[in-house]
Amino acid sequence: MNAVLLARLQFAFTISVHIIFPAFTIGLSAFIATLLIVWQRTGREHFHRLARFWTKVFAVSFAMGVVSGIPMSYEFGANWSRFSEVAGNVVGPMIGYEVLTAFFLEATFLGVLLFGWARTPPWLQATAAVLIAVGTAMSAFWILSANSWMQTPAGHVMRDGIAYPVDWFAIIFNPSFPYRLAHMLTAAYLTTSLVVLAVGARYLLVGAFKEEARTMMRMGVGMLAVLGPVQLLLGDQHGLNTLEYQPAKIAAMEAHWRDTGPMDLVLFALPDEKAKVNRAAIAIPHLGSLILTHDWNGHVPALADFAADAQPRVTIIFFAFRIMVGIGLFLIALGLTGAVLWRRGQLFTSRWYLRAAGWAWPLGFIAILAGWITTENGRQPYVIYGILHTRDATSPIAAATVGASLAAFVLVYGVVFSIGVYYIRKMLRHGPHGAAVATSSLPDALPNQPLASARESARESRAEPPVI
Amino acid sequence: MTALTGAAYWLPLICAVVLGFAVAMYIVLDGFDLGIGILFPFFAREVDRDQMMNSVAPFWDGNETWLILGGTGLFVTFPHAYAVVMPALYVPLITMLLALVFRGVAFEFRWVAKPHHAKWDIAFSAGSIVAALCQGFMLGGLIGGTRVEQGHFAGGPFDWLTPFSLLCGLGLVVGYALLGATWLVMKTAGTLERRARRSAHVLLIGVLGFIVLVSIWTPLEFASIGARWFSWPNMLYLSPVPLATAFFAVACWRGLAGSRLMFSPFYSAVALFVLAYIGLVISVMPYLVPPSITLWDAAAAPSSQRFVLIGMVILVPFILGYTVFVYYTFRGKVRADEGYH
Repeated sequence: MNAVLLARLQFAFTISVHIIFPAFTIGLSAFIATLLIVWQRTGREHFHRLARFWTKVFAVSFAMGVVSGIPMSYEFGANWSRFSEVAGNVVGPMIGYEVLTAFFLEATFLGVLLFGWARTPPWLQATAAVLIAVGTAMSAFWILSANSWMQTPAGHVMRDGIAYPVDWFAIIFNPSFPYRLAHMLTAAYLTTSLVVLAVGARYLLVGAFKEEARTMMRMGVGMLAVLGPVQLLLGDQHGLNTLEYQPAKIAAMEAHWRDTGPMDLVLFALPDEKAKVNRAAIAIPHLGSLILTHDWNGHVPALADFAADAQPRVTIIFFAFRIMVGIGLFLIALGLTGAVLWRRGQLFTSRWYLRAAGWAWPLGFIAILAGWITTENGRQPYVIYGILHTRDATSPIAAATVGASLAAFVLVYGVVFSIGVYYIRKMLRHGPHGAAVATSSLPDALPNQPLASARESARESRAEPPVI
Repeated sequence: MTALTGAAYWLPLICAVVLGFAVAMYIVLDGFDLGIGILFPFFAREVDRDQMMNSVAPFWDGNETWLILGGTGLFVTFPHAYAVVMPALYVPLITMLLALVFRGVAFEFRWVAKPHHAKWDIAFSAGSIVAALCQGFMLGGLIGGTRVEQGHFAGGPFDWLTPFSLLCGLGLVVGYALLGATWLVMKTAGTLERRARRSAHVLLIGVLGFIVLVSIWTPLEFASIGARWFSWPNMLYLSPVPLATAFFAVACWRGLAGSRLMFSPFYSAVALFVLAYIGLVISVMPYLVPPSITLWDAAAAPSSQRFVLIGMVILVPFILGYTVFVYYTFRGKVRADEGYH
């Protein structure tokens, strides 16, 4: 294998592992902030217990996000030094602003949120949580701006093969950025909502932590029912934007080889990259045109309309896109079904729904990964669309060295992050401390965990009347 | 070097100062929490280790963010240097990043894993030691010189590996351990504090040994550094650096011995680090990538540097402000069982 492919694999691997954690913590920090604010306003203890419980999960996830994120800021130079030189003037400042406006805020106030329970007043805890939530969203703002500039570059001039900034506003708010930001933030909030819903559903299935579980389910279903449909609209708008600025990507997403009239919507196919046709295709006539041009007979540029060295490979993009959309549609159904059950007062008793929701927790992560695989592969063969080919962007590093570091990353991440996910699972199964209905039916309970304060709150909460 | 005037001269210089500040912040702040990990093998009792960990747990994440600012800061303000240095230091760089993965997750995993946390003690300690070693290797490799042809790194994957870089690696491990030990003297009480005091004495001797070794080695091996320090009148102007080093070495020693000084041994150790860092900057100025790329050669477009500097001028005071706030919130000795777990 050559050094370019190895460098691509390394970046794909490290960023795919990394994105899982920010995708989770963006939503989780907002969730915790909401819980703490509600607790402050209502004084109902189970919101506080939930906040502290999820804060522990947050801490473990955030730590994994941090340690998998630091390598990213060095990988640009280590494996992609030519990219760094070409794009450094433009992309660099955006990443710089990410560090300045987001990373320090998150990292510093995480200390207050995690360790300040005994030393700081409750309002400061809530403030720290809000600041962390803002920080995670700011981080998304800048990194998505940088990524979007690589997809739809604007506001710069090229001199001697190097990009120079001309208009910072045009660079930051480049054409695909608002859509990508909205799409990704919504995806992150959806992903976390789904995890919260799933955990709540699982507790109810075993009859544990009922008060907390109901709150989690209500919040999860509410978010899903609202944000799911919103995400569909955002995705549609994002697609139209891509059609305008990166039509080759759309053609690959739809396995649209030749423009022969109104476009079908291909539901399933086995794209044949050699013959440039779809095998075993199931397609709905005209629907592709309708979705992408909002016109029954609209024309959509096909792959054949692009030069051979400006076409992305189809198969990965085609399937990744379908996985993302399929999951998205399922989540909308899950959210709306939950809303109907909630209205009928059956949300907490419909065991079939609790089971489905309980198993759905990884879907958000899979959809996010599939979406990023779609958009990043769709930009190929460019690393900066239309400006720099990926094959010209790497460092003068031997393939053996890149391969060895890739192997080391796979090994270390494989071990460390699987254990981390196992620990999170263990914490979730253990459940919130001092819950009103503590249970011994859950396995993996940690004998040494409860702190004195948790025991106290358990005693207090038993005296409270059950909510609902 | 062609004569540079106006913004073309000042902007890169200001950026270099800001970047240098970020790197110094990283070395000092992450230095003491890496030091805690380096000291772990010498403090075997679980209660001690819990306290050591708790003494840095609220801060480590913020401390490590300065490393990201250092990396991205170089990318932002001097992309050309970034594009040469990162490939040149590829092996120690990637090794350091992986080591930081182990020690970073250990802060959380160790508590979740209890009572089966022995493996995370090892991960924390080994990760800290390897990260410190690699940072020393990178420093030594950078001073040792990088082969550049037509603006690109043109050397091999192990060019950085020299006796000098090995010395720097070991020196940094001992140095961080000193920062960690003096931090424990300040932040803990009882037997842990007493033992930290004893370790710090030994480590201080070690650090001074390394400072002397490096100060002799670099002027002998690198003629330009020798000329910088040992020519007249430079010798006079630069003499405050070794004199101040001697002063803080004595202050640190006496502080550890228990005499009442205005500041704790930790601050003396920090001062020693800052002085060593200043000495280093004096040695290599104006090169970012010795011996060929100066900070003016490597500078980003003025518009990019200006855009980031505006942000830094506004945001860094805020960052420093809430960093101070967090250190103030968690001031004083660590109380037992203060963790949130």
